[in-house]
Amino acid sequence: MAGQAQKPELLLDIRKLRIEATVYPPGEAPKNIVLVHDVSLSLKRGRVLGLIGESGAGKSTIGLSAMGYGRGGVRITGGEVMLNGRDILQSGKRGIRKLRGKEVCYVAQSAAAAFNPAHKLMDQVIEASLEHGTGTRAQAEKRAVELFRKLSLPDPENIGERYPHQVSGGQLQRVMTAMALCSEPDLIVFDEPTTALDVTTQIDVLAAIKDAIRDTGVAALYITHDLAVVAQVSDEIMVLRHGRLVEWGGTQQIIKEPRQEYTNALVSVHEITHDEQVPGEAPFLSVKNVTAAYGRGGPKVLKDVSVDIYPGQTLAVVGESGSGKSTLARAITGLLPPEQGTVTFDGRPLANRLADRPKEDLRQLQMIYQMADVAMNPRQTVGTIIGRPLEFYFGMRGAERDRRVAELLDKIEMGKGFADRYPAELSGGQKQRVCIARSLAAKPKLIICDEVTSALDPLVANGILKLLLGLQKEEQVAYLFITHDLATVKSIADSIAVMYRGEVVRYGPKSKVLAPPFDDYTDLLLSSVPEMEIGWLEKAIKGRRMESAGN
Amino acid sequence: MLDIRRIPIPALIGLILTALFLIAAIFAPLIAPYGNGQIVGDVWEPMSSTYLLGTDNLGRDLLSRMIYGARITIFIAVLATALSFSLGAILGFTAAVVGGWFDTLMSRFVDLLMAIPTLIFGLVVLSVLPSTIVTLIMVMGLLDSTRVYRLSRAVAVDINVMDFVEAAKLRGEGTVWIIFREILPNALSPLISELGLRFIYAVLFLSALSFLGLGVQPPNADWGGMVKENKDGIVFGIPAALIPAAAIAALAISVNLVADWILNRTTSLKGGRG
Repeated sequence: MAGQAQKPELLLDIRKLRIEATVYPPGEAPKNIVLVHDVSLSLKRGRVLGLIGESGAGKSTIGLSAMGYGRGGVRITGGEVMLNGRDILQSGKRGIRKLRGKEVCYVAQSAAAAFNPAHKLMDQVIEASLEHGTGTRAQAEKRAVELFRKLSLPDPENIGERYPHQVSGGQLQRVMTAMALCSEPDLIVFDEPTTALDVTTQIDVLAAIKDAIRDTGVAALYITHDLAVVAQVSDEIMVLRHGRLVEWGGTQQIIKEPRQEYTNALVSVHEITHDEQVPGEAPFLSVKNVTAAYGRGGPKVLKDVSVDIYPGQTLAVVGESGSGKSTLARAITGLLPPEQGTVTFDGRPLANRLADRPKEDLRQLQMIYQMADVAMNPRQTVGTIIGRPLEFYFGMRGAERDRRVAELLDKIEMGKGFADRYPAELSGGQKQRVCIARSLAAKPKLIICDEVTSALDPLVANGILKLLLGLQKEEQVAYLFITHDLATVKSIADSIAVMYRGEVVRYGPKSKVLAPPFDDYTDLLLSSVPEMEIGWLEKAIKGRRMESAGN
Repeated sequence: MLDIRRIPIPALIGLILTALFLIAAIFAPLIAPYGNGQIVGDVWEPMSSTYLLGTDNLGRDLLSRMIYGARITIFIAVLATALSFSLGAILGFTAAVVGGWFDTLMSRFVDLLMAIPTLIFGLVVLSVLPSTIVTLIMVMGLLDSTRVYRLSRAVAVDINVMDFVEAAKLRGEGTVWIIFREILPNALSPLISELGLRFIYAVLFLSALSFLGLGVQPPNADWGGMVKENKDGIVFGIPAALIPAAAIAALAISVNLVADWILNRTTSLKGGRG
C-alpha cells in the first residue's frame, strides 16, 4: 500500500462543527435549533474514538457528519470536517459520493433494518467496492470471505449466499461490519452496533469488531450509550451532552478518574444500594409446574416452570431473548393460559384464562411494559391514563379522582402540571413513570415489570429503578422483574430465576444464585455483562465455558 | 384555538363552498325564487335576470331546481354516509377486537357483497324494492358500509395488538370501552379521510342511480336526475345539463378540501397544541 503511506497521520479533524435543524411547531413560526454546538475532535489513523452520551446528545449526528451526511432535515451549518487533509463539506455532492463507502463506511444499529431483504448478503457486502471500482468482483468476493472468516462467522465460504433473514441478529451485525471493511476504508462509523443484541451475543460481536479493527488498522468512531462497552474497544473516549463536549480523554482516564461530574455519573450508574430481603414464610403468588405453548401443539415455550413471589419483594427473571421470560409473565397475567400447571394467588388457584378472573384478581396484578410509548393510549391525557384504574376499580370520580391522580403524580416525582399533557409531550423516562403511576393506582400486590428500563438511557433507567425501589418500601408491593440486564438484577433483586430455553435453570435468593459454583449458562450470562475495566473483553472470552446461543 | 387566518387557503375555499351548499340545502324554500315543480316560462330559456340560470326542459326555473336539488342530494348522501360509517366502523372494530368466528363470518360475508359490482347490485335491489327515499338511503348505506368495514377492520387490527390495548384488557375493560375509548380515537385519522371520499362516492352513486331512473323520482330531482332531464338539450347547444354536473364536481372537490384539512389537524398527537 504505497498510497497509504503518503496520507497524513491525522485522518479526521473536525473543527468547530455546528449542526442545526429547523423545527416546525404547528401554530408557530418555524425555528432553528442547534443540535451540535461547535464540537471539535480529531482522530489519528488506526485509532478508535468512542462517542458516548444519552439520547439527544448529538453523538450519531456528529458521527454521520464524518461522512458529510445529515439525517432528515439536519444541516451542517458551520465548521470544517477535514478527512485525509481536505474539507469534505466543500467537496459537493459528487465529491461526497466518491468518499462514502470508499474512505468512510457506516455500521448501523439495526442490521436487520439496514440490509435489503431481497438481495443476498454477498451482493450487498461487495456493492461499495464494485461501485467505486476498487477491484473486480472476484477480488471483492475473496476479500469478503476473508473478512467473514476474520469475524468468525460460520461457514465463511457460503454465508454470502444467504439472505439477511437466514442469519441471526448477531451474525448479521458482523456481516455488516464486513460490509464496511470490504472496500478498505480509512474510517468506519459504528453507530450503536451492539445495543440491540443480547448480552451473550454482544460479547461475540464486540470481540469480532475489536479484532477486525486491530487487524485491518482502520480508524473508527464508536458511538454508544454504554460506557462499559466503549471502554473495551476504544483508545479515547469523548463524552457528549446536549450537543456539547463534556470531557475528552484516554479510556483509562475517563473510566478511572473522570474529571467532570456528568462523566462520573455515567461511570457509577449501576450503583444502587439495596439490601436483599430474606424470603418470608409464605409466598402470596406461586407458579407451579407451568407449561405453556403458543398455538395448539406448538413448541413448548415454558417447560415445567415453578417460582414463588413473596410480599413486598422482587423476583428477577433473567435470560436472553427467546428464553421464555415474557411468556412467563403472559402466563401469570392470563393472556396465555398455561397448558399444564397452576398459578396460586393468596392461597387459592387463579383462573387460567383472563376472561374468567374476577375484577379483584385483575386489580392485584398490574403490569408495566418495555415500550412506554405504546403502552399508553396516545389520544388520552396523563390524567385520564392514571385516573382510569381509579375509576374502574374504586369508582372514584371528579375531584376525588383528580386529587388521587395528583398524589400519584407526586409519588413518581412529577408535578401536577403533567395531568393535562399527552404522552407525546413527555420524555422517555417520564412516560415510563406515568406507566408506573397507572399500575400503582390500582393498589396492586404484584407489579410485573417487563424489561421496563431496557429502552431507556442508563441515567434515566437508574432513576426509574431507584423510584421502583422507593415505592416498594412505601407500598409493600412485590415486583416480578423481567430483564436481560444482569447489572439491573444485581442492584434490585431479592431472588433470581435464570431462564434458558423455557426452563428455570437456577433459582433462589440473590446471594445464592450469584455465588459460585455456577452452572454453565449462569456463568456465561454473568461473564457477558460488560465491566468498566480495560481488558475485560479478552478475559471474558477466554474464561467462557459454553458458546452463546446466537453463535 | 381556531384562528381563521391560520386556515390554509385551499381549506378556506373548501369551507366556503361547502357552507354555501349546506345553506342552500337547509334553507331551500326561503332562498329559491320559485317553487320546485313550478312551470314559470318557456322550455330551455337562456340565462336572464328573471331566470338566473335559465329554465329546464319543462320550463321550470333551473336555479330553484338546483337549490332544491342540493337539498335532496346532500340529505340522502349525508344519511347514507352516516349509516355506512356507523355500521361499517362498529362492525369492523368489533370484528378486529372479538376475532375468531365472528371475524371470519363477517369478513367473508363482506367479501361476498363486494364481489358483486355495487351499481349492478344497487340496480337489482332498487328495481325490486319500492323507490322511496328510505330504501334508497338503506341500500346506499349498506353497500358502502362494506368498504368502511374493510378499512376499519384493517386499522383496528393494527391498533388491537398495541400494548395499551393489552393493558386495557388486563385491567378488565369490556369490549365497548376498548372499541370506543382505546381504538376509535386512534383510528379517527384514516376514517375521516375516508369519510370525505365516501360522501362523494355517495353523491356520485346517487347521481348515477337517478340518471338511470332508479334514484329520486320526479317531480323531485337530485342533481343526477337533473342532468338526465336536460341531457337532450346538449345536442342543441343548451348548457342546462352541465350546470348540475358542475355542481356535483364542485361539491366533490370542496368536501375533500375540508376533509384534508381536518385530517391534518387530527393527526397531531399533542391535542393540537403543538
